[in-house]
Amino acid sequence: MAGIVGYGAYIPRNRITADEIARQWGKDPDSIRGGLLLQEKSVPGLDEDTITISVAAGLHALERAGVDPQRVGALYIGSESHPYAVKPSGTVVAEALGIGPEVHVADFEFACKAGTEAMFVALGLVESGRMEYAMAIGADTSQGAPGDALEFSASAGGTAYIFGREELMAEVVDAVSYTTDTPDFWRREGAFYPRHGGRFTGEPAYFQHVLSASRLILERTGLKAADFRYAVFHMPNGKFPLSAGKQLGFTREQLEPGWIVPTMGNTYSGSSPTGLAATLDVVEADQLVLITSFGSGAASDSFVLRTTELLVERRGRAPGVRAMLDGPRRYLSYGEYVKVREKIRMND
Amino acid sequence: MRDVAMVGAGMTHFGELWKLSLRELFAEAALAALESAGADHLDGLWVGNMSAGQFVGQEHIGPMLVEQLGMSGVPATRVESACASGGMALRAAWLEVASGQSEIVMAAGVEKMNDGADVTAVLATAADQEAEVYHGITFPGLYAMIARAHMAAHGTTVEDMAWVAVKNHRHGALNPHAQFRREITVEDVLGSSLVAEPLRLLNCSPVSDGAAAVLLVPLSRAHEFTDRPVRILGSGAATAAMALADRADPATLDAVVTSATRAYRMAGIQPAQIDVAEVHDCFSIAEICCTGAMGLTDGCNPAQAARSGFTALGGRRPVNTSGGLKAKGHPVGATGVAQAIEIFAQLRGEAGDRQVPDAHIGATQNMGGSGASSVVHVFTRG
Repeated sequence: MAGIVGYGAYIPRNRITADEIARQWGKDPDSIRGGLLLQEKSVPGLDEDTITISVAAGLHALERAGVDPQRVGALYIGSESHPYAVKPSGTVVAEALGIGPEVHVADFEFACKAGTEAMFVALGLVESGRMEYAMAIGADTSQGAPGDALEFSASAGGTAYIFGREELMAEVVDAVSYTTDTPDFWRREGAFYPRHGGRFTGEPAYFQHVLSASRLILERTGLKAADFRYAVFHMPNGKFPLSAGKQLGFTREQLEPGWIVPTMGNTYSGSSPTGLAATLDVVEADQLVLITSFGSGAASDSFVLRTTELLVERRGRAPGVRAMLDGPRRYLSYGEYVKVREKIRMND
Repeated sequence: MRDVAMVGAGMTHFGELWKLSLRELFAEAALAALESAGADHLDGLWVGNMSAGQFVGQEHIGPMLVEQLGMSGVPATRVESACASGGMALRAAWLEVASGQSEIVMAAGVEKMNDGADVTAVLATAADQEAEVYHGITFPGLYAMIARAHMAAHGTTVEDMAWVAVKNHRHGALNPHAQFRREITVEDVLGSSLVAEPLRLLNCSPVSDGAAAVLLVPLSRAHEFTDRPVRILGSGAATAAMALADRADPATLDAVVTSATRAYRMAGIQPAQIDVAEVHDCFSIAEICCTGAMGLTDGCNPAQAARSGFTALGGRRPVNTSGGLKAKGHPVGATGVAQAIEIFAQLRGEAGDRQVPDAHIGATQNMGGSGASSVVHVFTRG
């Protein structure tokens, strides 16, 4: 039996409201907010990126786990905004966390599900007995093209999970993955902004995979929605996860702690992992939690977790998600936002 | 010219049909039409389609689509008149049979809009590129201007327009093929996002995939295919100035008036004799303009017709019992043929919950762009 021995999130302090972005493009703020169920999103500082976010999240995870970083045998970072196309983010993060050199490092990519993908593989290594501890991080500083719908939601943040076999905060009861060739959203090599298929990203992409993976794991485990305390889904906007949850039979209350998108935005590979962290921050012991991610291209990973007393005991060792979301933060104007997001053409 | 009858019909569901391609949509509708008539061959195919080239990169769809039916060799041509493509395909098929040239001809329409294209830009090619689109207008903008002109000239209100959408959604909720099967209220319409003032989201027909097909034969042979044929009594088509600014009055759709007059003359009827009609409600204001232009409201203010129930099911002259373009959906090239299929069902007593009792004479009106082309057909029981 393997599971999560530590977890930690990091959300940057800058914010921009959906209203501010809407005003910029002459769109009706009420329609945008109501349509996306999204109020504001996190924005990385000029010196923040997937690597710095992963380091912060990783530190929080190690604090909660109380594990010597030298015992972490693998470090995987899933992101669609790795600073380098060739050169793993993982090597920088490992050194910064004091992990290695006896460590396996790989960067993962699968649109928004690269985080849970890393978790899936880290889990497998620990379950097989090859590693004592393995860390998986989902982190992003996602980009949305100016004036595009994605600009309202693409945000920054990430969460790290350490998997082990002893002193678990949450056991992994089961893990599945559901994958098809569905080109709903992509970014070509060298392109600065991603492209997407409009409404094709909805029913044939997000819902097809989130619902299929979730139904698959429910069938395999013989569980139903009512058996769970909470559920977390990938959050490209406020509406999709609520709709998916409802279709699977979850109540709004079960989705509430993990539904952080209205003030965080969509941190892509960090989305459902951070929603899970927010849930682990508040869930009681011996409860079932479901998490299903979604990555365009497309696939969903789904995990069923059972929480333990150790979670309740140890989670106070590092800051919670809500404390970072609702705590000290700074609101940017659209001009400041495009400056820090490097959307302005400079004379290099 | 001999009398022509519709003897078979078939259509797909209209909506976001992610799993069906252009050719699959056509095949589903066409095969259903052939089967419904027990027909196993065609002398010709006319298929209405506005923009397969821009939507899915495919031109030359005539031969491609007959091949889908295993009927390569049969003459097949695509007809294009923007949103009136389907109605014009029906007219072409009618002419081929009426002339004595062919015995069994299919009029079909198909559009695959949901495949990644910039739909607004593609549809805008139906307007005048140099005089209108070059300056930034899109279709919602053009119809918004028509609405403003109508409001200024006739006192039409946003509530009047909202009632058209409400009525058509109520009808669409009864149509198993409709894209939207939920009823809406006037408040829903007036509270929906602004698209192009004064038109709101729920005043605008949706983006849809779909196909529809009907089979035409000489009336004298209709009994070989069905015991309830529907006869085409009249067909009238007309064009008008391409650019809205070049029309005498933006609130009056001349092409609709003329195409209707021509169809009525051929049919030997007055509009008051029409029991049920499908008109081109691409935007709520369009239904008001078209019912007025066609004289379908017996002298009453067409802007009030939906609100008063005159054009609702159960009213004096039900318009768009299918749900219209708004609720049934508007896969551009298919619409004109789908309108004919609704009237086909009505006149055969097969419209189920949408049935207009004792419908004897029906009409369809299909329009292109902001009214630069229009085609009207009048039908009666065979």
